[in-house]
Amino acid sequence: MKAIEVKNLYFKYEKEWVLEDINFELEDKEFMAIIGPNGGGKTTLLKLLLGFLSPTKGEIKIYGKPPKENREIIGYVPQHTNFSLDLPITVFDIVLQGRLKKGKFFYSQKDKEKAKEILDTLNIYNLANKKIKDLSGGQRQKVLIARALVSEPKILMMDEPTSAIDPSGQKEILDLIESFEVTRLVVSHDIKILLRDVDKIAYIHKKAVIHEGPKLNIPKDKHFCEVELIEFLKDESCGI
Amino acid sequence: MWDLISSSIYASLLLSIAIAVIGSLIVINKTTAITGSIAHGSFGGIGLALYLGSSVILTTSLFTALLAVILAVITIRFPHRQDSLIGVIWAVGMSIGIIFLSLTPGYQSDALSYLFGNILLVENKDLIFMGIIDLVILISIIFLYHRFLAMSYDREFLKLRGINADLLYTYFLILTSLTIVMSVRAIGIILILALFTIPALIAEKFTKRFFTMMILSGVLGLIFMVSGILISYYYDISPTPTIVIIASIILLLSLLKRK
Ligand SMILES: Nc1ncnc2c1ncn2[C@@H]1O[C@H](COP(=O)(O)OP(=O)(O)OP(=O)(O)O)[C@@H](O)[C@H]1O
Ligand SMILES: [Mg+2]
Repeated sequence: MKAIEVKNLYFKYEKEWVLEDINFELEDKEFMAIIGPNGGGKTTLLKLLLGFLSPTKGEIKIYGKPPKENREIIGYVPQHTNFSLDLPITVFDIVLQGRLKKGKFFYSQKDKEKAKEILDTLNIYNLANKKIKDLSGGQRQKVLIARALVSEPKILMMDEPTSAIDPSGQKEILDLIESFEVTRLVVSHDIKILLRDVDKIAYIHKKAVIHEGPKLNIPKDKHFCEVELIEFLKDESCGI
Repeated sequence: MWDLISSSIYASLLLSIAIAVIGSLIVINKTTAITGSIAHGSFGGIGLALYLGSSVILTTSLFTALLAVILAVITIRFPHRQDSLIGVIWAVGMSIGIIFLSLTPGYQSDALSYLFGNILLVENKDLIFMGIIDLVILISIIFLYHRFLAMSYDREFLKLRGINADLLYTYFLILTSLTIVMSVRAIGIILILALFTIPALIAEKFTKRFFTMMILSGVLGLIFMVSGILISYYYDISPTPTIVIIASIILLLSLLKRK
């Protein structure tokens, strides 16, 4: 079964199309990088895949089901991390939220162990008892990554997960994402993501250009990624 | 003296439980305006009850629960217009109350007593109703603590975990509306909001966990009420405003301390 199927997807908030005729598929455990300009529609696409928005036209399937029916298998890192900062809540409690599910009202010992383990993996266990307000932007981003991972998702969707993180931290997180054997969609403004072991690249600017191939054959070459690929993706013949 | 104030002390104890839980939730969910709207709108239920000659507690409970559901729908469907719409509900509720009141001669002073309340005049049946609502609140918070906290932080993420966040939010507003009904006799429509939010606002500043915020709000609420009752008893002034002034002074001090 395909992990994600998007067919003839159109979407508009108001009058103008924000996404037009998007088509792509993702196999189980594939890694897709999503790039594109500000306002191109990347966040909108993720919200459609999560079922927070409904397509104006077209169809989306997540492991064969409509997104709304299959949300629990997704781990999501939102683009903006400045939720109610005054809230008296610790990092540990935020991460545990990833273990909530229907019909479950209390966290088990296993939930707590899992949360500790993830915090450890992300090197932020020392922050566990801090109030969210007292963290830096990058630290908050890591907390939300931890919250997404702790549910052991089959699909990870991350909307610029490393935008506020320092270079060594970025590498750490991208290494981690690369090593996860789950289906991954990662939005990034950092073109270095294309040097990673991605299976597909989507360039989203109202329309989508999908670049794919068996392991894509992106030579691990900076020039190719930063110049040729982007040029290729922007090429008129691609319809952008 | 104890005979004269005992029931008001019991009322304070029962109210402090609601202040702890619902007051804190109002503050962290930023539903202050909605709470004000339900509180003032509840006047419609009171007017209706006096007009029909039905039970004030029951009629007002149903009326405010309906307002809570309407407000939940409005805030979920029209998030960008919510502040104006909340104001509309506020005014409509009060207007309904005033219309029914003018149709019911002889009860004007009765109705007005609900505007400011009087904790020294609560009766046994009020205490029983408070106890029942407290029980509902306590059971709810035991089971829904983690959900409420997640809802306050990031409602979208709660939906992602397969939990009906909109329904949970609606339930929270209904709980708020019942809390208002239980407090109306003692505190009065106009000052409910202050009594429920001030302790939580102070507590939020000094706590790291929501659980401790609730405990501290409840304790502060109790201290404010009991000291207000004693002062108003000795100086023969109205209790609720006294309570609110004490609470506001402490809030001011806590804000200054931060700087
Ligand atoms: N809630 C909304 N209502 C109306 N229009 C919206 C809404 N959210 C986004 N848009 C519009 O949709 C378009 C796509 O926005 P989107 O946030 O998906 O872009 P993006 O690719 O994620 O951009 P960025 O790189 O800046 O995050 C933009 O033109 C934006 O103005
Ligand atoms: Mg975006």
